[in-house]
Amino acid sequence: MSLPSPLLAVAVNLAWIDYTILIAYTAFVVGIGFALKRYMKTSADFLTSGRSIPAWVTGLAFMSANLGALELVGMAASGAKYGISTAHFYWVGAIPAMIFLAVFMMPFYYGSKARSVPEYLKMRFDERVRCLNSLTFAVMTVFASGISMNALAKLLNQLLGWDYHAALWICSGIVLLYVLKGGLTSAIYTEVLQFFMIVLGFAPVVYLGLKDVGGYGKLKQALEGVATHPQPLALADKSFSSDAWTSAWTPLLHGPSANPMGVDLFAMVFGLGFVLSFGYWCTNFLVVQRAMAARNMTAARQTPLIAAVPKMLMPVLVILPGMLAVGLAALNKGYDLPKVAISSGDTTAAVAIFQSATASKQSPEQVSQAVANKLGAFGFKPEFITVITQAETSAIPDSQVRTAIEQNAILKNDYDGVILSLVKKYCPSGLLGLALTALLASFMSGMAGNVTAFNTVWTYDLYQAYIAKDKSDAHYAWMGRFATIAGILLSIACAYFAKNFNNAMDVVQLVFGFVNAPLFATFLLGMFWARTTGTGAFLGLLGGTATSAIFHGLSLATGNGVGVKGGYFAQLLGIQPIPFPSEMAQNFWLATFAFGVCLFLTVAISLATKQTKTANDLRGLVYSLTPRIVNDEVPWYQKPEFLGIILLAGCVILNIIFF
Amino acid sequence: MGLDIRLPIGLMFSLIGLLMTGYGLFTPAAIYERSLGINVNLWWGLVLVVFGGWMLISSLRPQKK
Repeated sequence: MSLPSPLLAVAVNLAWIDYTILIAYTAFVVGIGFALKRYMKTSADFLTSGRSIPAWVTGLAFMSANLGALELVGMAASGAKYGISTAHFYWVGAIPAMIFLAVFMMPFYYGSKARSVPEYLKMRFDERVRCLNSLTFAVMTVFASGISMNALAKLLNQLLGWDYHAALWICSGIVLLYVLKGGLTSAIYTEVLQFFMIVLGFAPVVYLGLKDVGGYGKLKQALEGVATHPQPLALADKSFSSDAWTSAWTPLLHGPSANPMGVDLFAMVFGLGFVLSFGYWCTNFLVVQRAMAARNMTAARQTPLIAAVPKMLMPVLVILPGMLAVGLAALNKGYDLPKVAISSGDTTAAVAIFQSATASKQSPEQVSQAVANKLGAFGFKPEFITVITQAETSAIPDSQVRTAIEQNAILKNDYDGVILSLVKKYCPSGLLGLALTALLASFMSGMAGNVTAFNTVWTYDLYQAYIAKDKSDAHYAWMGRFATIAGILLSIACAYFAKNFNNAMDVVQLVFGFVNAPLFATFLLGMFWARTTGTGAFLGLLGGTATSAIFHGLSLATGNGVGVKGGYFAQLLGIQPIPFPSEMAQNFWLATFAFGVCLFLTVAISLATKQTKTANDLRGLVYSLTPRIVNDEVPWYQKPEFLGIILLAGCVILNIIFF
Repeated sequence: MGLDIRLPIGLMFSLIGLLMTGYGLFTPAAIYERSLGINVNLWWGLVLVVFGGWMLISSLRPQKK
């Protein structure tokens, strides 16, 4: 969800107890892999867990597969940047989508006996749709795991002083070991372990932060002050109404200029809440695979619902820390938001700008702005203006200017460092080991999740489908293991790629964004409209992806330059790009358009082409042609429909509380 | 799958909990300045032991099918 950026450069010293906790965790995950080894007999055991896992386990793994370290870091960063509105990613985005998956879509995924999401697409449409989906998915998972491993190795390098290469290879080696032994079951089990590690590792940090601030009431008060004066903390360059960080909806209702996210209500509810979230939670094989591994239909449908409970409460652990960090900084509790460091060379260049700008008698505001830009800082304290006026009357020496710049500069925030800076502030040895192990665990299980999704798609949807059709199961089981090793090696290659070509990586992620944006339209039509044809789905998907690219090339968020952030086609055509108040708004609207075009094209082309599948072919794959599930074996209060309504009500209540 | 996940979860958190509790008992109060004077290792270690123990017990109880 968030792009990797250099994590905070803070070093900590670990005591023996911290290393012991780290080693204990590692020993247990590897041990689980070895303990599961004897159950891995067929390719299905290895790649799909033989559909044998209880719902609470798949449920926690479902949630946890998405709770990667980049999510942890990114959500805390957004919590600081945007406040409680970040919870929309959970309460508007994830929860309704998870309920929809459980109630409406899971019966088709699980009931069709497909082993993967691309395989469902093949059953419902044709080979072309499967091929497109499985290829992009396979490449995407490898890149995702590479990006995450690069961030982990960087973190271990900066935080603990470990060698980058050693950290990367050792951590990947551990993941390889336990996935190779226990397959998908290993990955799912360690995801459950990781879930508890994160909850139990971060809860005390949040508690201590909250206690330090003086409770939620005090935090709210502090953030209200921050919202009206965000400049001293370098949070935003303009003031907002006092509830901008502490209300989820009110600032949104007043338009994009009234909330720090710069997003309008429609883009938030439809773009994020519907298109992007449903697209991710309902179609991404990485998460859906967890539910498909459940032991029966009821368990498969309960999986996303069980996951929704911790997901709904997760903002306390992942978003609140970001808000706490801002609160602590505002209340002067001996804490400052982590800052982007400035090199001495930049300062020297800024001094030169200062001297030339003051010599040419520019207005103090202009001088201040020019110096801040050169320095790469957010701005300057008001005192700096006095220094400028003074310099404009009689020149002051370079050394004095340098001191004035260093003393008065307000540096930009390094939001991705927020969560670690809190861990560092509050954790003594012991708890520190637990919190860092939780972070490390989420990195490693993220890699395991991606690799297990990759090996299944590779083995069943690419290798078995296009390369070697009628081989023995033992052969595919072997291929699954081989794909695991290959997947890990490719991830390592991608990690190096991400390390050395950061900009190229941004482009790669951008392209995946284009492919994902329209995907939900294809699934929605496929599952609920029997008339949808393979040709319609395939061309609709391509059209939607092209729309994403065109939309991106024609639009640009304020403050961004033409390039990887958009605007390139507009420049090519010599027209002004469509302006958006923020990158987030641009993305949400992009998704909305891609979805709309994909939906329209799929419907239009389906109506123009002949349906090649008979009603019998589509039984169990399409809503109207599938007999309703009558599950009498579970009491009414365990039925997905009932649980879904309860969860939705809970979600609405949360939204009202933090309105 | 034959292995009950509650067993390793229970074992691991009991072990880490015991380690942290023990560490908390034998460390000077000075290191807890950063955790607002609370001996977090001792208290949180105990929480982990309780959680781990609960997981262990539930995994060892005979399974109802």
